[in-house]
Amino acid sequence: MMWEMVIGLETHVELSTKTKIFCSCTTQFGGEPNTHCCPVCTGQPGSLPLLNKEVVRYGVKAGLALGCHINLVSKMDRKHYVYPDMPKAYQISQFDIPLCEHGKVELENGTTIRVNRIHIEEDAGKLIHEGSTYLVDYNRCGVPLIEIVTAPDFRSVEDVLLYLEKLQGIMRTIGVSDCRMQEGSLRCDVNMSVRPKGSDKFGTRTEIKNLNSFTAIENAINYEFERQVDILESGGQVEQETLHFNSDTGETVSMRDKENANDYRYFREPDVVTVRVSKEEYDELLASLPELPDQRMRRYVENLGLTETDAKLLVKYRRVAEFFEAAADIDAKTAAAFILTNIFKSVPTEVEREEWQIKVSPENFRELVKLTSSGKINRNIAKRVLDRMLETGSAPAEIIEKEKLGGVDEAEFEAICRKAIEENPAAVADYKGGKEKAFQALIGYVMRLTRGAANPAQTEAKLKELLNEEA
Amino acid sequence: MVNISYYKKLLDTKALSCTELTKAFLDSAEKENPSLNAYISITKEEALKTAAEVDEKIARGESLQPLEGIPVIIKDNICTKGIRTTCASKMLENYVPFYDATVWEHIKAQNSVLIGKGNMDEFAMGSTSETSYFGIVKNPHNPEYVAGGSSGGVAAAVAGKLAAYGIGTDTGGSIRQPASFCGIYGLKPTYGSVSRYGIVAYASSFDQAGVLASCAEDTALVFDVISKYDERDMRSVGFKKSTYESLSGSVKGLKIGIATEDLMASDEFVNSAVENTINVFKSMGAEVEEIKIPFIKECLPVYYILACAEASSNLGRFDGIRYGYHVEDYEDLNDMISRTRSEGFGDEVKRRIILGTYVLSSGYFDAYYKKAQRLRESIIKEIDKIFKSCDIVLAPTVPVAPLKAGANLSPVDLYRTDICTCAANIVGLPSISVPAGFTDDNMPVGIQLIGGRFKEDVILNAAYAFEKETGGEYIKLSEMGCGV
Repeated sequence: MMWEMVIGLETHVELSTKTKIFCSCTTQFGGEPNTHCCPVCTGQPGSLPLLNKEVVRYGVKAGLALGCHINLVSKMDRKHYVYPDMPKAYQISQFDIPLCEHGKVELENGTTIRVNRIHIEEDAGKLIHEGSTYLVDYNRCGVPLIEIVTAPDFRSVEDVLLYLEKLQGIMRTIGVSDCRMQEGSLRCDVNMSVRPKGSDKFGTRTEIKNLNSFTAIENAINYEFERQVDILESGGQVEQETLHFNSDTGETVSMRDKENANDYRYFREPDVVTVRVSKEEYDELLASLPELPDQRMRRYVENLGLTETDAKLLVKYRRVAEFFEAAADIDAKTAAAFILTNIFKSVPTEVEREEWQIKVSPENFRELVKLTSSGKINRNIAKRVLDRMLETGSAPAEIIEKEKLGGVDEAEFEAICRKAIEENPAAVADYKGGKEKAFQALIGYVMRLTRGAANPAQTEAKLKELLNEEA
Repeated sequence: MVNISYYKKLLDTKALSCTELTKAFLDSAEKENPSLNAYISITKEEALKTAAEVDEKIARGESLQPLEGIPVIIKDNICTKGIRTTCASKMLENYVPFYDATVWEHIKAQNSVLIGKGNMDEFAMGSTSETSYFGIVKNPHNPEYVAGGSSGGVAAAVAGKLAAYGIGTDTGGSIRQPASFCGIYGLKPTYGSVSRYGIVAYASSFDQAGVLASCAEDTALVFDVISKYDERDMRSVGFKKSTYESLSGSVKGLKIGIATEDLMASDEFVNSAVENTINVFKSMGAEVEEIKIPFIKECLPVYYILACAEASSNLGRFDGIRYGYHVEDYEDLNDMISRTRSEGFGDEVKRRIILGTYVLSSGYFDAYYKKAQRLRESIIKEIDKIFKSCDIVLAPTVPVAPLKAGANLSPVDLYRTDICTCAANIVGLPSISVPAGFTDDNMPVGIQLIGGRFKEDVILNAAYAFEKETGGEYIKLSEMGCGV
């Protein structure tokens, strides 16, 4: 029998607001344990949450970007569970009225993933096991999250990975999260069941909690698929349970029963007033929504003539796309080539490309593209200049001047061309005798003398002009 | 009369230095507390330090703020930075907060002199201050009686002249009931008038801090100081006008509603105090009319279901990890948390946590919590309506006379004594308990004036008018305390 996997995702995205969701502590990643803390986020007796309005705005932006309906009036609820990483023994979240509902994400393979809801909530701290003791770090406690819950619309690992990459791109573009899986700012719970291919019934699902890398997600899904199929093929039944993925063994393992038997006892958070988004604020957020990666990508292909592959690479990181656009109106293809080959080589990692802390300013980049596109410097020189720009941050003109990479001046250029003809009588004779190849030797000679600064097309034209003169 | 303005005058006329006044209060507190048990902590060092600052200010010829130099007791569920805040629980026996509650910040900014932290029912759950881990609070007028609860220590200290005034909290009657039992004034403000930030939560949508004082004027004075908008409490509204300045003493034309059918007392002394008060108000030109309070029978169950639900959630944080009591030996994490809670909480607290957890559990949520929440909405609507035609609703504070210590009422019978007070908490209305009579045992009896939302000025003025008219004859301060 052919089996099909059915997956729904719950994705937690940490929002990049400056302060936490219910207090004014910083949301910065890292820091000495328990230094980004206050009475509120450590759940001191008597402390009260104060909802950060930025979090609501970020949530609305995320909802709009995923085509959601925004509930202009929503509320916060308490979700109870006992674990040392959650100092109040409840998480302030949204239960029956989330901030956003009914959105969707279109994948490039044609699949549509429905987004059931997006709600805002607080993150928990981190529990560290050290030998036989537990240590807790509450720095992350109270960092704002959105939880994006999809319908069970995924049918393959590919779908899941495409969706997550797309989600990353969108969240980065609208500036609500950096979505760094390695720092835990994007985490996934996978709800999964299997069924005979062609069936329209759902099987019993399991939930794999807290996956925090693409590899883990891929491996966990593949393992869990095999596990469930094995059970069903041997006549057994899949048990509905919560699983943990052990990335060392590559297996999913059942979490303790206590955690499966959770009764969250949701009720409305009495300390936080009704969450309201005014119509004006809604309109303002809608209007301020930047062009999304998909739209941007299409524009690059259709209007700027880039290939789809190149366009996709450029729109993946918001800052990269913005950098590209500083020069795209001059010569999009040249600008794209510089970024995708030269600059990307100097910033090889995801994080570096996301942060885009390169020394080249958009103005200088624009200048370089202009110089190249107008033929003032040739591509080889341009690349050398760009490498120097990446090292020093200097303006291209300055580098060209300093390293004498500038195009040769007209008189000098003509002198060099004449010299090439004089010094290479054999090649000239061959060329005149009909050997086109010999002409390349002349061009090469000019290039050597100008240390690559001459433009090959111009050189060819000049040489031919001089040879014609002779004749 | 011995009240804030009396002590203020002593300071202003330099009849007494603030240090002398403070020492007099500290001495009587230290002398009486072993038997009275009004204080969990006496903050001598802190008090003398503040007093010295006030004296310096006086020496410099600066004028004093309304509560400057005045001895105060703060209920021990209000966080005081650097001073332990126990909630009268073993769980927080040694908890020293590293931040101040907003209401305490306001008092502190006045340079009021903190004599100590008030004993109470554990986590403010109780009506007799008998559930305290630190022992029972005695009534200063007769040690056979309880001081009431949960703000029993504050009421006892003010009535016993071990502090000039106090700050308590009221979730279902915890300020008004002990004020009534001790013969003083107790104001529970409108929900949102006083910031809850830094007050250890019992039931978040009911909790409200307020004033216990020996006269209506003092109550207004203190209320004006503490009722300010605070952005750290999202439910805070604050109070714009000065209630103190609006004390006119006139109640002519004031419309007072009474619900003799719905809010009856079972005690004859309470009933005669109510009747007497009505007559006094009538004689001053107030209009009294009979009203019906719909859903009044539902108030008590609604209150206990919702308050316990919120309590079960609020008290989840006491797990022994970050602060408070925790067991030394345990098998694992779960064992540590459950044993910490089993050993750290007293019976009444556990009872309410279990009750609250039960009504929130899946399968019971709709039948209890949801139903109670819907009823609460109806009660709010109906009672708010009453205040369209009435300025004030007059009712007994407690349906029974002060209780004797060790009476051992069943939990439900004890819950029933909240019947008259809890409606104001359900709706969020301001209410003041006013001394209005005595039992044959010469124990005080209070009546309650409930006002419309943010009409603290109206009920305070009515209380003030009644006090003026009766010459303050029902106020009862014990001679045990400070005799300056």
